[in-house]
Amino acid sequence: MSFQSWLLWPDNVPLSMLALVVVGMAFMYAARRPMHDLFRALGHMVGAPLRMAGRWLAAAAAEMNQRNKAVLLAHGRQEVGQRVEREFERLGAIVTRDLQGYPTLQRKLLDEITRIEEDYKKCGEVPPPPPDWTDAVAAVANVKSAGNELVLRVLEEIKRSVTGIHDKAIGEYRKAYETRHRILGSFMPFWRSVDKNLAQVEKNLASLQSSVTTVDAHMAKYEQINAGTDKAQHALTVSAFTQFAIALLVMAVAAGGAFINFKLIALPMSEMVGAGDYITSALRTSEVAALVIIFVEASMGLFLLEAMRVTHLFPRIASLNEVLRRRMLWIAFALLVTLAGVEAALALMRDMLIADKQALLQSLSTVQAGPTEGWVGRIPTAGQMLLGFILPFALAFIAIPLESLIHSARTVGGVLLTVLVRALALVLRVAGQAVRQASRVLIRLYDVAIVLPLLAERLVRGARRSGRIGELDVDAERTHA
Amino acid sequence: MDRRQFLASTLALAASGCGDPRSHRHAVYMLVDTSGTYAQEASKALLIVNYLLGTLQPGDSLAVARVQSRSFSEKDIVAKATFDTRPSQANAQKRAFHDRIDAAFRNVSGSRYTDITGGLIQAAEFLNEGAAGAKTIIIFSDMQEELDKVTVRSFPISLKDIRVIAVNVVKLKTDNVDPRRYLGRLDEWKARVEKAGASEWRVVNDLDHLDRILTRS
Repeated sequence: MSFQSWLLWPDNVPLSMLALVVVGMAFMYAARRPMHDLFRALGHMVGAPLRMAGRWLAAAAAEMNQRNKAVLLAHGRQEVGQRVEREFERLGAIVTRDLQGYPTLQRKLLDEITRIEEDYKKCGEVPPPPPDWTDAVAAVANVKSAGNELVLRVLEEIKRSVTGIHDKAIGEYRKAYETRHRILGSFMPFWRSVDKNLAQVEKNLASLQSSVTTVDAHMAKYEQINAGTDKAQHALTVSAFTQFAIALLVMAVAAGGAFINFKLIALPMSEMVGAGDYITSALRTSEVAALVIIFVEASMGLFLLEAMRVTHLFPRIASLNEVLRRRMLWIAFALLVTLAGVEAALALMRDMLIADKQALLQSLSTVQAGPTEGWVGRIPTAGQMLLGFILPFALAFIAIPLESLIHSARTVGGVLLTVLVRALALVLRVAGQAVRQASRVLIRLYDVAIVLPLLAERLVRGARRSGRIGELDVDAERTHA
Repeated sequence: MDRRQFLASTLALAASGCGDPRSHRHAVYMLVDTSGTYAQEASKALLIVNYLLGTLQPGDSLAVARVQSRSFSEKDIVAKATFDTRPSQANAQKRAFHDRIDAAFRNVSGSRYTDITGGLIQAAEFLNEGAAGAKTIIIFSDMQEELDKVTVRSFPISLKDIRVIAVNVVKLKTDNVDPRRYLGRLDEWKARVEKAGASEWRVVNDLDHLDRILTRS
């Protein structure tokens, strides 16, 4: 339908347009209430489900959060419980190791102290007192000789006897002191032994105290988890995120190792399974065979660490009896060693194949290369063989970060999902509100489009109201009159 | 195979769970023009054969044939081999192949006529007999076909899904006089090869960039 067909007077476009606007306004004014109702209904029809979905998602996010919290706390409880258990085991071992020797140590200390006491008592023995005749000597010393020869001789004799006796007494005194010194000298090892034993006791007690402090910290954490506090949840969530990041990093490094391993054995595998078969357009059968070997190595490593009870990914293995577990451990280890040996051989074969190819290319090229370097040229070969042997064992340890990744992925995934659902809920609520507001805006816009009839309506109503007020005033005046 | 391809292939393998039925083998048939003065260029042909021997993978096939007065004959095939899938065996085969080609092109006597079409038909027949996924004919020639009066080659040929690479297309004396002759000759061959259903036609005159021979455009 062309624009011209809408014109009542095609020759007079402004007049036709005016007529159309007037007719349109009249029609819109007449349909004002139903149109308002329609806009309101539309806003409600679209907005209400959105808001409802938003509310439902918010409730779902809250429920998921609760479930995540329950799982997280249960996991944390188990983990901290295991740690506490391990600390108690360690504590038990320390107590058993150190305290079981305490009776012996105590006996030894008592013996040494008794001996020291005895020696001390021996040291306490006083030297023999000077003889009683010293008074007699003093009396004799006061005798006046007055040149009497007899007296002088007697005194001389006494002096000689006294000097002899004095020398003997001094000698005995010195000997007694020597003996005491010797006893005191023999004290030293005992003192040292006592000192050493006491230092050991102090060290053991300090170690015990440290372990007890660790247990206390773990117990505090355990109590918080048991109480289900937000602090514990936050700490566990942060810990899970850290674990996840670390495990992911280690897994990425391990993937790099696996890639190097793959490169080492892919070419020689083509010597075994052929190089002409393809699984996909870019993946040869020999490469798949190499991948399979790497995956089998990783699996063996997984079983080995599982049997060693380092990881706990397979409850079935953990619940095996001791004999079977040990058998499994040795089988996994033997297979891993065998595969490592095979890889070392393949690495050597790779080097030989590359050398053969190089020799062929050199024979085909116009410029012949010089002779190959001696022992220096063998370093890469040896390096490849060593890598081929070591990498399977290194890959075996993937099990540890893998377990960590799996366990922390539950928490990380749960938290991310909750955040996503919350964000979606918010978006839906905002969208619902926006639709409701949009319906109101439409109503206002509708009224703007028919502003002239509305203005006329207001004027008419105003005139009627003033007329009615005038009538009322006249009535009032009449009443007054 | 780089890391990205490795991961993609692993995922593809996990998704598909079965082998790829398509053949990934490459078969190359090389025609060496030994007619007239072009016989002097035979030593350059050895370079290309050496390049092919160094580039082709285990499981691929290679055949080298002469272009003579009438070339639609198995007798013109100098050497042919499908390399073993084991790399060590393939290398041994390549050495033997090289020795054989070296001996064959040491003393080349030029033929009177040049039957390129007959060589192409023979090459297509050889390549189609094998189950290679990629088929390439390398024509080491000046692309100047000269046939005797008896030989009939003026009929449509089929080179369906075969790449045709003309290598070392030297200019003749007459081409130097009027280059349009050279360009016209190449255009004619291009039209003929494409009409025969070839998947690609390419001219490689720079022997320092032989990688263009086996690289698809």
